[in-house]
Amino acid sequence: MDASEASGVPRIVTAGFDDPESYTIERYLARGGYQGLRKALGMDPEAVVAEVDRASLLGRGGAGFPAGRKWSMLRPDPVTYLVVNGDESEPATFKDHALIERNPHQIIEGTLIASYAVQASQAFIYVRGEFALGLERMQTALNEAYAYGAVGRDIFGSGFSIDIVVHPGAGAYICGEETALLESLEGKRGFPRIKPPYFPAAIGLYGQPTVVNNVETMANLPWIVLHGGAAFASLGAGRSTGTRMFALSGHVRRPGVYEVEMVKTTFRDLIFSEQLGQGLREGRTVKAFVPGGVSAPWFGPEQLDLPLGQDEVGAAGSMLGSGSVVVMDSSTCAVRAAWRITKFFFRESCGQCTPCREGSGWLERILYRIEHGRGREEDLEQLLDICDNIAPGLTWPPQMTTICVLGPSIPSSIHSAISMFRDEFLLHVKEGACPMSGGSHG
Amino acid sequence: MSYFTPDRRAQAEELLSLYPKARSALVPLCHLAQEQDGWLRPEAMEEIAGLVGVTPAEVRGTATFYDMLHTEPVGTYLIAICTNIACLLDGAQELLEHAEELLGVRAGGTTEDGRFSLEEAECLADCDHAPCVQVNHRFVRAQTPEAFDQLVDDLVAGRVQETIPPHGTLCRVRRDGGLRVDRQQIAAERAAARAAKASRAAAADEAKPSSGGSS
Repeated sequence: MDASEASGVPRIVTAGFDDPESYTIERYLARGGYQGLRKALGMDPEAVVAEVDRASLLGRGGAGFPAGRKWSMLRPDPVTYLVVNGDESEPATFKDHALIERNPHQIIEGTLIASYAVQASQAFIYVRGEFALGLERMQTALNEAYAYGAVGRDIFGSGFSIDIVVHPGAGAYICGEETALLESLEGKRGFPRIKPPYFPAAIGLYGQPTVVNNVETMANLPWIVLHGGAAFASLGAGRSTGTRMFALSGHVRRPGVYEVEMVKTTFRDLIFSEQLGQGLREGRTVKAFVPGGVSAPWFGPEQLDLPLGQDEVGAAGSMLGSGSVVVMDSSTCAVRAAWRITKFFFRESCGQCTPCREGSGWLERILYRIEHGRGREEDLEQLLDICDNIAPGLTWPPQMTTICVLGPSIPSSIHSAISMFRDEFLLHVKEGACPMSGGSHG
Repeated sequence: MSYFTPDRRAQAEELLSLYPKARSALVPLCHLAQEQDGWLRPEAMEEIAGLVGVTPAEVRGTATFYDMLHTEPVGTYLIAICTNIACLLDGAQELLEHAEELLGVRAGGTTEDGRFSLEEAECLADCDHAPCVQVNHRFVRAQTPEAFDQLVDDLVAGRVQETIPPHGTLCRVRRDGGLRVDRQQIAAERAAARAAKASRAAAADEAKPSSGGSS
């Protein structure tokens, strides 16, 4: 039992995670699997949409757009598609990985409910290529679901039919961006598409209206249909309703994926609670933490009591993003952390836009130079100047100079590190070496 | 003559049938070719081009975008060590250096006997087991130098063949048959559903004036 269960908060998407065979259809049916789909198929499609609207379910992928609204924006067309995004690649985000391996049927059931609600012609579940086991579990689950009569022709005798295809990715961070995902699914390089159109709901897969939703978003749907949107909306607060999976990593005693009630839980709870992260190792203290994937600006110890809510974290100048929290303790070198995150963006930039393609490389090289004792004092202003060219004004949310948000996400960690730990950067320059390299040197 | 073995050729045909447009099968077909050879041979790309209706250059151009598609030979075992932020905080850089020393290759290289390729990976989404190591995209959770040495021993001795197939084999579970519903039936069902929705909406509109405006 975890903290949320003890307090009466349901485990909506991680139910069954304690069972080592949670991924089989037998176990899924034993815990009430496919009942939400049965109920949904007995409702009018627009009533299912209304229930999800009432739940105020925010997308669980990173951008946090209301799922019901996304569906309502679909351009009327005889052929529409549903694409489920399981291409989880934002550094330190590993909740979808856990969900795909341990609860694939709930993703499939949610996909079917969404397909029925928006009357999709076909659905695709795009699973990150590096998840070999996840692909096997998802394909097995889909085969089982077909055999059970939950997918395919005339599902449960309802007269509703649909096919689902599990599609493997092949290793590219950018394909998590929804328009890049669609390009990839069309068999092309994963280049994000130029906006507008802002939403695939207008022009998506093969130019047809398309809904792209995250796997965790899908997994919430069976519960919402069964218990009602109002019950879901009674969890959490404000715009952040329901529970959410958080991936906790870094210098904590018990890293892992935890499903907690939104807003009612704080970063401090997540990191320090005995049922959750159990605090830091060896009595160390929090130096900084990443609140929502490496695209998000960092927080310091003074923000630990912020609630895990989309608007609350947004108002504090960062984002809940992909639901990943990385804790850096006092032994961490801020320059090295910022350098490694920047190196990631440099490697994963698709190369379409100059500010991102060139800027990420310049930033990475300067940070590397500082970390290795060859930095200059003026490098700090140089870094911020390049950042300002990628995301003018260094505001949050960032100004766009590129086709997608990868570019403007690059300055987050650099701007945070310099603002919070300027002295540490200067010490690297002054000493001609990394002053932290004697320690565990995170 | 087909590049694919007869069984894989049949699988290729099935993959093509799953998508509204053939080109969508390009990446799955590349995975299938890697399953056969461990990497993407030029003749594989030629055949895939013919199957999906593009030029071989377009297949190569697409494949080279993706880290997992290899247009050069790779080792039987591709060992990937993540050094991204969560792993970095738990000694990933040191583990990668240890791996380089043990295998005698730098990250990005392949051992002379063709057995091992070593890769510095970006986040592999297993951050609660940092530093994260995959072999042929299977999580192996070898988090210490000692565990890594054991892993390499096991691979050399062939003790983990059951769980870790040679490079190229990604998903060992095959889809159980092609699509079950033809597109015409879907189109007819959706048209009927649209008509039903429209008549529900019309009925609701009609009901409105009679229910009065004040309630």
